[in-house]
Amino acid sequence: MKQDLAKFMGTDVISIRDFTAEDILAILEYARKFENYKQPILQGRILATLFYEPSTRTKLSFESAMMSLGGSVLGFSEAGASSSAKGETVYDTAKMMDGYADVLVIRHPLEGAARRAAEAADIPVINGGDGANQHPTQTFLDLFTMLKTKGTLQDLHVGFLGDLKYGRTVHSLAEAMSHFRSHMYFVAPEMLRMPDHILAELREKNIPFMETERLYDVSAELDILYVTRIQRERFPDPLDYEKVKNVYILNEKLLEHVKTDLKVLHPLPRVNEIDTSLDKYPQAEYFQQSKNGVTVRKALLSLVLGVRQ
Amino acid sequence: MISKEMKVSKLRNGAVIDHLAPGMAMKAIEFLGVRGDDSLAIGMFFESKKMGRKDILKFENRQLSREEINKIAVMSPEATVCIIKDYNVVEKFKASLPHEIEGIIRCSNPKCITNNEKVATRFVVQEKEPLLVRCQYCERAMHGNEIEFV
Repeated sequence: MKQDLAKFMGTDVISIRDFTAEDILAILEYARKFENYKQPILQGRILATLFYEPSTRTKLSFESAMMSLGGSVLGFSEAGASSSAKGETVYDTAKMMDGYADVLVIRHPLEGAARRAAEAADIPVINGGDGANQHPTQTFLDLFTMLKTKGTLQDLHVGFLGDLKYGRTVHSLAEAMSHFRSHMYFVAPEMLRMPDHILAELREKNIPFMETERLYDVSAELDILYVTRIQRERFPDPLDYEKVKNVYILNEKLLEHVKTDLKVLHPLPRVNEIDTSLDKYPQAEYFQQSKNGVTVRKALLSLVLGVRQ
Repeated sequence: MISKEMKVSKLRNGAVIDHLAPGMAMKAIEFLGVRGDDSLAIGMFFESKKMGRKDILKFENRQLSREEINKIAVMSPEATVCIIKDYNVVEKFKASLPHEIEGIIRCSNPKCITNNEKVATRFVVQEKEPLLVRCQYCERAMHGNEIEFV
């Protein structure tokens, strides 16, 4: 069914839960138009980037997306450079942005901060990551990469590897993939397994999944392998991090155990979980995936600002 | 032993909240608020055939909104409400959980913005039996036995 893209004008992009399967497919389809597209359709529009936590890809790709559509960018990239250091609330900072910008992206360590910002601001608010909760534009770009490489999102066999406990990207992606009859394989050490509340939701929706600690139990089944970094900064106890930090390191040997058209995705940055020896193979999709981030963010900015090509 | 008469003395006009979970009366009053012109009777830990023990609240001359009553259901799903007019029960119903609960319960996630900035909590009821609610800010799901009131 053809979706009316005009309905996304003024929409906040806070959580992938806010989008139906039809919404997701319509947005991904529209995003295809933005590959290598550089026209000043957003000339005169301003994007505010409120980054209370460090970011490389998300911040730069939003800036690149806005600038390649002719728009301008202002903002800060650490909490110390904003009035939050003086005790200003997220609500007040976001409210103020109504007067400074046409759209804002926020990354914040507190979960729910983006939803709170959206309550304050009249301009569209995009969540660039709120603690361990949601990172919806990452999910859109992950789905875009899958759709582009596989031609469909239906019935894919998707493996999730690494830190499935703290990794917000895997939580959002698993939720989104549950719209598309995926088969999911969760590969993680016991300490980092997928949270029970997410598994319970998948059971409720009758989504088939399995859990294992060994990648090679399931690698031959996979169409997509989504690898995540084991994030030192999310561990309350550093000793726990030391126990699991090197538990999965993928290299060329992986290719002996997988389908030839497997695609390996990673939200980046990687540390050592994917050896650079894998980079040269067609299965390595993670750098292209990162580039897709700009494409998808261009599409989202265009949609929420209501200026479409 | 408290006399039966004392427990059920008649209201002329007002509302009776019965079958509150034992020990919840004070929390319910705190939540509903007491205005200067309210007359209020509080019964706690009364014997109940159905519940073993229960609390009861009687409000003289106070009309409770359906919204207020439904929020009582969050702290006490068995609660029933009688609306009294001229000494007669004109309406009796069971409180039912609202779809959205605002400002009553605390999010269990210490990293939720509602526990770090002055923000009224908002939860959506996902399942009524057994109770499952989800924070509209951090999206953390909580079961009934994990719920703490603000």
